[in-house]
Amino acid sequence: MSKEMTCIVCPLGCHLTLEPEGESFAVSGNKCQRGKKYAIEEMIAPKRVITSTVAVDGGSYPVISVKTQAAVPKELIFEVMEDLSAVMMKAPVQVGDVVIANVRDTGVDVIATRNA
Amino acid sequence: MLDVCIIGGGVIGTAISRELSRYQLQVRLVEKNEDVGTETTKANSGIVHGGYDAKHGSLKGFFSAKGNAMYPQLEEELHFGFRQTGSFVVAFNETQEQELHHLLENGIKNGARGLTIISGDQVREMEPHLSKNITKALLCTTAGVTSPYELAVALAENAAKNGVEFTFHTEVRGIEKVEDHFVLHTNQGPIEAKVVINAAGLYADRISAMIGQDDFKINPKQGQYVLLDKDQSFLTDTVVFQAPENGTKGVLVAPTVHHNILVGPNSDYIDEKSDVSTTQDVISKILKAGSKSVDAINTRKVIRSFAGNRASSDRHDFIIGETAVKGFVNVAGIESPGLTSAPAIAVHVADLLKEMGAELTADPNFDPTRKPYQRIAELSGEELQNLIAEEPAYGRVICRCESISEGEIVDAIHRGLPITSVDAVKRRTRAGMGRCQGGFCAPRVMEIISRETGLSMEEIVKQGEGSYLLTKRSKDALERGGKDA
Amino acid sequence: MLKYELVVVGGGPAGLSAAVEAYEQGVRKILILERDKELGGILNQCIHNGFGLHRFKEELTGPEYSLRYIDLLKDTTIETLTDTMVLEISEEKVVRAISAERGYMEIEAEAVVFSMGCRERTRGAIQLQGDRPAGVFTAGTAQRFINMEGYMPGKRVVILGSGDIGLIMARRMTFEGAKVEAVCELMPYSNGLTRNIVQCLDDYEIPLMLSHTIVKVHGKSRVEGVTIAKVDENLRPIPETYRRIDCDTVLLSVGLIPENEITQNAGIAVDPRTSGPKVGELRQTEMEGVFACGNVVHVHDLVDFVSEEGVLSGRGVAKYLKGELETTSNFSTANGEGIGYVVPQTVNMSNVDDQVTFYMRVRSVYDRHIVRAYLGDTLVAEKKERKFLPAEMVNFKIKKDILSNLADGEIRFVVEEV
Repeated sequence: MSKEMTCIVCPLGCHLTLEPEGESFAVSGNKCQRGKKYAIEEMIAPKRVITSTVAVDGGSYPVISVKTQAAVPKELIFEVMEDLSAVMMKAPVQVGDVVIANVRDTGVDVIATRNA
Repeated sequence: MLDVCIIGGGVIGTAISRELSRYQLQVRLVEKNEDVGTETTKANSGIVHGGYDAKHGSLKGFFSAKGNAMYPQLEEELHFGFRQTGSFVVAFNETQEQELHHLLENGIKNGARGLTIISGDQVREMEPHLSKNITKALLCTTAGVTSPYELAVALAENAAKNGVEFTFHTEVRGIEKVEDHFVLHTNQGPIEAKVVINAAGLYADRISAMIGQDDFKINPKQGQYVLLDKDQSFLTDTVVFQAPENGTKGVLVAPTVHHNILVGPNSDYIDEKSDVSTTQDVISKILKAGSKSVDAINTRKVIRSFAGNRASSDRHDFIIGETAVKGFVNVAGIESPGLTSAPAIAVHVADLLKEMGAELTADPNFDPTRKPYQRIAELSGEELQNLIAEEPAYGRVICRCESISEGEIVDAIHRGLPITSVDAVKRRTRAGMGRCQGGFCAPRVMEIISRETGLSMEEIVKQGEGSYLLTKRSKDALERGGKDA
Repeated sequence: MLKYELVVVGGGPAGLSAAVEAYEQGVRKILILERDKELGGILNQCIHNGFGLHRFKEELTGPEYSLRYIDLLKDTTIETLTDTMVLEISEEKVVRAISAERGYMEIEAEAVVFSMGCRERTRGAIQLQGDRPAGVFTAGTAQRFINMEGYMPGKRVVILGSGDIGLIMARRMTFEGAKVEAVCELMPYSNGLTRNIVQCLDDYEIPLMLSHTIVKVHGKSRVEGVTIAKVDENLRPIPETYRRIDCDTVLLSVGLIPENEITQNAGIAVDPRTSGPKVGELRQTEMEGVFACGNVVHVHDLVDFVSEEGVLSGRGVAKYLKGELETTSNFSTANGEGIGYVVPQTVNMSNVDDQVTFYMRVRSVYDRHIVRAYLGDTLVAEKKERKFLPAEMVNFKIKKDILSNLADGEIRFVVEEV
């Protein structure tokens, strides 16, 4: 049974078709390899990059923007958000600084995406 | 014990407060909302009428011509914004032309000045964008436009400077006559006063009924308006009324004091006094009717629509005077031309107090002036240089559409009346009145209010109780940080 | 008086890339004026990712994208003034500006780049009727409150308009604990990228209601709810479908308009199709030495192309300062059937290196269609896509050698069936 989806890896939004192939899936419609990887992952264990903010003390604004350096399991999104809510960074912060290392044991760091 | 307590901070209440501040009296104005001019005064045509329209013999006729004549001096003293643009009443056919002659005759009887009937071609020579179908018009050179809420603010600030007390969030819930004075029961406790002036606008009937004077009713009459972008100001810089036909008044197209174009209003009785919602149906009708006078109304240039309710009484004229209850004065049913009449009504009320036996001794310290705003949009390079050198906040532009600086906003916050809302700043400085309608500047205006008044961002409202803008900090860490600090 | 070869009005992605490119082409005396307290423009509040895939070949967040450009300034002589508002620019290219720190300034510029960006359409502009309570925000204002100021504007949200900002904000508010009840879209198709519908709405089971609008806002003090309705093919609400949704917040994502007050005050006419100034292939405007790029010219959907336009105008400035910019034009462009606008509006071949990219938007959704360029009856070039959407700007590249073989005239772009 085939499954259709829109790729969200980049703004191109390729229309993907998946056919079961053994343990995994055959993907068509993708313009790049990342699309194939996304499609299979989406079927087995969907992941998302989280972009949000954390509080910062002494910056030019009360919050700075952050992201997970890679996609994390979708079902952990709100738990990660909870962790981010409690963080208070101290300025100066540089883009790329680690905000939370290995967030929720995903092996992925949350990093700052701007300076403060 | 107060000498006078004024109920209601609309343009009538504030005009009376300012007039009474000329004398050595203890005066307080109570207002249920957080600022002056937040109801009828906020949303109307803003026209200072010539005084020819209201029927001769009526109070409206008597006060409107007088009030009109007082505006130029008032503007010189208080700088609230008034331009004598002149007005046309335009006719499209012979029946309407007849009406122009009736208005002219009536105007002369009322003492209105600057009236002439001119041809359609003369109209278009003055305002080339008006309709080719206009056959004649009544020109009134003394008519003008003002900013009603800025007027109310200016009157109140000047009154406050001259000793009048203002208490906001104060709603009168009952009035008792005790011997020779009154006790007003409010949500903020009792207030005692020898004289009470009821200038409660839409609610004047309810206030009057509190002392048993229920011989009139205020029926809210709604007017919806559409405001066009400033780049449409070429359409007309003269107020354009349509001559009445079959008993209906038509729609006006008018410049505002700040050079937008206003189209409206409808005139429909509604049930609820506080209902200021607009409807697509009425707005479309207004725009259509307005296009009769001015051909090129571009609906894509609408930046805002709004509604206001007039305090129309079942007596269809102003109700001004001391009631059967000695010391209790009604100034009620002040619908159009109430804005025009306001300064004249205020003088009349002062005279009335004298007649009632109050002792009105002129206050030698009375200062009739209010300092104008330093509007950076209106200053030359050299003036800007000097101003910013003196006060750097004038170099920080907060509202980009209207070029309003932080200096102007800070000034507005410290002029004697408490500021707790974004709209209060908007009405005083025009920050947020432009094309983007506050999209860019609202967050920054809130920060300035918060910094200058000590209110938290969550406490600052748009307008009126419960109109909060923000619910909480986005992060627990910020909430905690806020509490620790 | 201060003197510069180039003054750039607006330090967002368009202005930054214009300045950097002009510098690379040999212009040395450059000043960027920015009204906010930092460079980067609206990208600073666009904290989501998806930026830079074309320009940097990686996926960045908005602040990271702008930082890349800000870092490029470090090794240059480009000067910047933040917290500085340009009041107007005279015909002699004297820029009048103010700032708290420096007071009033008059700056003489040999060339000017306009890169002021755009602003959001508001409640008034779309004539949304009903009560006037607090709680109606443009999506961008809400975005600033949450992402920059650290405040939440509400708890239960209905979003009108499915442009990308609206979709992004649906997810953003959900992340921060708000409940997004629905996204209503007047048109029968979304104005956002499909990817954003998937990852911002579908992921969180937020309903996208196509052909729906808000007919009334309820609430005296704060929003208490909205009445929504389905619309017919003429986009008129159908009364039988009126339905109330309780909410305390309405976000509007109903379109962007180029911000051209300064442009118009300088006497440069605005093209009613784009709401921006008419420009040539190097983004020169009708006023000599004045260029414009980015969202001030027309609203883009990807910042990468904003930067690309900045590069073009930077090149234009360099050529102009060397006296090499040809001012006549060989071609004008026109929007035919199915096309809303085309940028640039004129092309001079001697300013073209190897190709011209024509940016345009289609008027509605086209399946199995093709965009063709004609000069008179002659087919010049064509552009195929699986699907054309109004939300996705069409990039139509035509090679220089093709254009060089044509007689001067008007190139008309049309959508045709395959």
